[in-house]
Amino acid sequence: MNTLRTVLRDARLVAARDLRIEARSRVVIDQILPFAVLVLVLFGFALDADHRTLRTFAPGLFWVTVLLSALLAIQRSASLDSADGTGTALRMSGLSPVARYLGRAAAVLVQLLVLEVVLVGGLVVLYGVSVEEWFLLVVAGVVAGVAVAAAGTLYGALASGLGARQTLLPILVLPVLAPVLIGATRAFDDALGVAAVDGWAWTGLLAVAALVLTVVGASVHGVLVED
Amino acid sequence: MSVVELRAAVALLGRFPALSGVDLMIHAGETVLLRGPNGAGKTTVLHLCAGLLRPESGGVRVLDHDLTEVAGRRSVRRRVALLGHATGLYDDLTVGENLRFWARAAGLSAAEADRRTDEARSRLEVPVRLLDQPVHTLSAGQRRRTSLAALVVRRPELWLLDEPHAGLDQRGRDLVDVLIGDAVAAGGTVVVSSHELDRVAALSPRTVTLAGGAVVDGPSTDGGAPQ
Repeated sequence: MNTLRTVLRDARLVAARDLRIEARSRVVIDQILPFAVLVLVLFGFALDADHRTLRTFAPGLFWVTVLLSALLAIQRSASLDSADGTGTALRMSGLSPVARYLGRAAAVLVQLLVLEVVLVGGLVVLYGVSVEEWFLLVVAGVVAGVAVAAAGTLYGALASGLGARQTLLPILVLPVLAPVLIGATRAFDDALGVAAVDGWAWTGLLAVAALVLTVVGASVHGVLVED
Repeated sequence: MSVVELRAAVALLGRFPALSGVDLMIHAGETVLLRGPNGAGKTTVLHLCAGLLRPESGGVRVLDHDLTEVAGRRSVRRRVALLGHATGLYDDLTVGENLRFWARAAGLSAAEADRRTDEARSRLEVPVRLLDQPVHTLSAGQRRRTSLAALVVRRPELWLLDEPHAGLDQRGRDLVDVLIGDAVAAGGTVVVSSHELDRVAALSPRTVTLAGGAVVDGPSTDGGAPQ
């Protein structure tokens, strides 16, 4: 119980640090969000501004945009621990790798949720989409966000350790997130009313994926960053 | 009681041998100066003692932890402070935020972290006005002092200092000497790697000369004679 309390306390410490750095540097606000909106606009151009087509494919376009933007957020997050000896200082700090993993993943999740909110707004404004099941949309968005943050944080640490994160991260993490993309798209199909699927069933699968990725990430992260 | 015990320690950096059978015994309360030319293995010895490197062969015990084991390396880190060439500070956080983060990461309560932060700031003579200033706005010397303060808050048992006077003005160098004296007076052990032999000699250290990844007797090749 004491160990769990310590891990949660340390995870909060790490998450607060990452979010404070983000608040100061404004990389998500000033760079990643505009990039994400730009991708939505480009999809609009590519599909010839045909609102019917855009509405049909909106869930898939939304999650592809989230994944592409998430890569930037994850790379940025992983880079914090490679600047000016901070990674070594963390190894020397006594913070448990589990706490470091959970804290970082939580900070990435918060950034992804902000991104998702903005992009949902983009779907409504740019694609003329209407939300039919808000509750499903929110739950599926959060659960898929957890899965993306969990996998991204783990692979961000892995790519960072291999010293080639700029190019390696997408190749490592996108295949792992393909099932999350499928599940999240199906859940949003239902929430946005563009296809007759059971969105809650897909959300349940997403929750299982999120849990598995989080447990695996927390277990493996120490090997990647400590030794 | 021996704090550091290296027996025929061999360490690799990548595929290249950095230490080739180092024997070194350091007792509690000692100040030890590691000297030798560039590439002699001084920094590698410090990293080995900090639990950051896995010994390829030989025995390595630090503060009663067996550093040939992963668990030993992880456990010893929280009891050791390592000052390297990098600062280990987050550029976008303020001096105060950095110090409090590293204090909290060492497991201190918020109140204790604030108290020790203030104490460390005062000992390193970091001006109060800098507490709210982001690290990226500091001079190299101010960063170095802040980096030392971040180690002071942890109150380690073993200090591993790699060129601790580098980048500091005269007053800063004096403060480092005081810090080393205070650490030893408090029962700590200090290992210093430095080329500033005259300055460190004033601290009456035991001198260990390294060359080519091994401890050598007799005159060193960096211009001075061992004491």
